[in-house]
Amino acid sequence: MITTTGLTKVYRSGGREVTALDGVDLHVREGEVYGVVGQSGAGKSTLIRCVNLLERPSSGTVTVAGQDLTALAGRGPRAGAELRRARSRIGMVFQHFNLLSSRTVQSNIELPLEILGVSGKERERKALELLDLVGLADKAKAYPAQLSGGQKQRVGIARALAGDPKVLLSDESTSALDPETTRSILQLLRDLNQQLGLTVLLITHEMEVVKTICDSAALMKGGRVVESGTVSEILATPGSELAAELFPVGGEASGPDRTVVDVTFHGEAATQPVISQLSRTYNIDISILGAAMDTVAGKQVGRMRIELPGRFEENVVPIGFLREQGLQVDVADTKTPAPADALLKEGAK
Amino acid sequence: MQPLLRDACLDTLFMVWWSTVWAVVGGIPLGLLLVLTDRGALLQNVVVNKVIGVIVNLGRSLPFIILLVWLIPFSRLIVGTSIGPSAAVVALVIGAVPFFARLVETAIREVDHGLIEAAQSMGGGTFTVIFKVLLPQALPSLIAGLTTTVIALLGYSAMAGAVGGGGLGNLAITYGYMRHETGLMNVTIVLLIAIVTIVQLAGDLAARRLTRRTGRQAQAVGLRRLWAPAVPRPRTAPEAAEPTKAA
Repeated sequence: MITTTGLTKVYRSGGREVTALDGVDLHVREGEVYGVVGQSGAGKSTLIRCVNLLERPSSGTVTVAGQDLTALAGRGPRAGAELRRARSRIGMVFQHFNLLSSRTVQSNIELPLEILGVSGKERERKALELLDLVGLADKAKAYPAQLSGGQKQRVGIARALAGDPKVLLSDESTSALDPETTRSILQLLRDLNQQLGLTVLLITHEMEVVKTICDSAALMKGGRVVESGTVSEILATPGSELAAELFPVGGEASGPDRTVVDVTFHGEAATQPVISQLSRTYNIDISILGAAMDTVAGKQVGRMRIELPGRFEENVVPIGFLREQGLQVDVADTKTPAPADALLKEGAK
Repeated sequence: MQPLLRDACLDTLFMVWWSTVWAVVGGIPLGLLLVLTDRGALLQNVVVNKVIGVIVNLGRSLPFIILLVWLIPFSRLIVGTSIGPSAAVVALVIGAVPFFARLVETAIREVDHGLIEAAQSMGGGTFTVIFKVLLPQALPSLIAGLTTTVIALLGYSAMAGAVGGGGLGNLAITYGYMRHETGLMNVTIVLLIAIVTIVQLAGDLAARRLTRRTGRQAQAVGLRRLWAPAVPRPRTAPEAAEPTKAA
C-alpha cells in the first residue's frame, strides 16, 4: 500500500549537509498497522512527512495505493493540484493535534471536506457521523480549547478520516498523551484499522505502541532502516535489537563459568513448562535473571534470560534441548556486546 | 464654537475612517506577503520579500509630518487636490499601511506552523492556508493590531492641519494654542480621549470575544492595558490541564 524505494533526504543549511534519510526502503502491506520506531533524530518524522510529500525527498520514490507521488510533485515548495488530490486521500494525525482553535470541533472535521468542495449539508452529515465513530457525538459545538488531550486527538483522527482515506499516517499521535489515554487512542486506531480496512503507518518512540497495535515494525537509526518485518518475524530473529527493545530482559551472569541464555517463547511453546523440563532432564540448576511476558499482535510472547551452570561448551546439549522444543535461544554475551551486534546485522538480512 | 467643533470632529472621523479602511486593504496583503514570501514559506520569493521589506521600512522610518508635505504632489495626482481632509487621507494611508503591515506580519507569524502542515496534508493549497488557517487563526491578534493602528492614525491626523486637513488636532493648534482659547483646547483633548477610549474598548471587546472562544491569548498591544482588564483565562475542560500542558 505504501512503498518507498531509496528514499533520501538531505537538508542543507549554510555550508553543512545533514542526511535525515539515507536510502530508506519501506513496504507497508494493505490493511496492516506498521510502526516505525527509533530515537529522536533517527529520521522517523522526516520519513512520514516524505510519504505525503510535506517534505520533498532529495531522491527516491514514494508510492501510495499504486500512485507514484514523487512523480506528481513538480518543482518548488508549492504542491500541484494532482498532488493535493492525492494527499486528500491520505489521512494524517499529529502529535500536537493541530486543530484550528478558531473553529468548533465539527467545523474542524469539515475543513478537509471544504477543501474537497463537498456541499454544506453533506459536510455536516459526514462530520457528525465521524464524531459518532470516534465517540465524541456530544462535542460537535465545542471548541478545541474545551477538550482534553485525548478528546482532541479523537477529533484529529475524525478529521483525518473525513476524506475517506485508505491510508492513515500517524506522527507520534500518542506521545503527548498519558498512558491511559494512549491506550484508548491506540484501541481506536486498531478498531478503525479492522472496521474500515485502513492501512496505518505510525511513527513512535514508545515500544508500548508497537506492542499494542502493530502488525509489522521497522527500527530506524541514523536515517536508515536497520531492521524490519512482521512483529513475529522480528521476535523470531536471533539477536534482533528490536525484539530486545520490545522485551527488555536484564540481568548479569552471577560469576565466571556461567552461561547466560535468552529464550524467546511464542505461540504453543509459551504454554509449555520447558524450563522445569530442562532442569529435570539434565539435572541442572537454572536461575532466572529476568523475564517479560506480553501479548503482541494478539499472540502471547515472552522472553526470559536464564543462567546455566558451566561454560557454553558444557551447555550445548541443554541449549539444543531448548531449541528442539521450538524455542528461540540466543546465547547472551553480557561482557562483550560486540558479537551480538554482528549477529543482529546478519539477522536483519 | 459648536459648528467648529462639530466640523473638526467630522473631519477627524472622516480621515481616520478612510485611512483605516485603506490600511486594512493594503496592510493585510502586504503583511501576508511578508510572511509567505519568506525563506521556506509557501510562496518563497526572496526578491519580492526583500523589496516589500524595504518599502515597509521606508514608510515606517519617515516622520509623518515630513511624509505629509512630501506627498503633496502625489495627493494631487490621486485625489485631485493637495489640501483638505481627502489629501490628508492619502498621506495617512501611506503612513498607516506599512505600520499595519508589520503588525499583520507579526500576527500571522504567531500561527502555529503545524496548522499549515495539517491543512496541506488534507490537500489544501495556498488559498486554503491563507483563508481557512492563517487569517482566521490570527484574527484576535489582527484586531488588536488594528486597534493600535486606528489610535496611531488618530494621532497622525492631528498633523493634517499642515495640509489644511482640519480635524480636532488642527482645531486645538489654531484656536486653542494660537488664539489662547484654553477652554476649546481642553474640550478637544477630552474629545480625543473619548474617541481613543471608545476605539480601544471596542477593539478589546472584539479581540476578547474571539479569544475567549478560541482559548488563545491575543497580544496585548500598546495602550489597551490602560483601560482594559486583563484578558480572562480561556475555559478549558478540567481534565485537559495536564495533557495540554505537555503538548
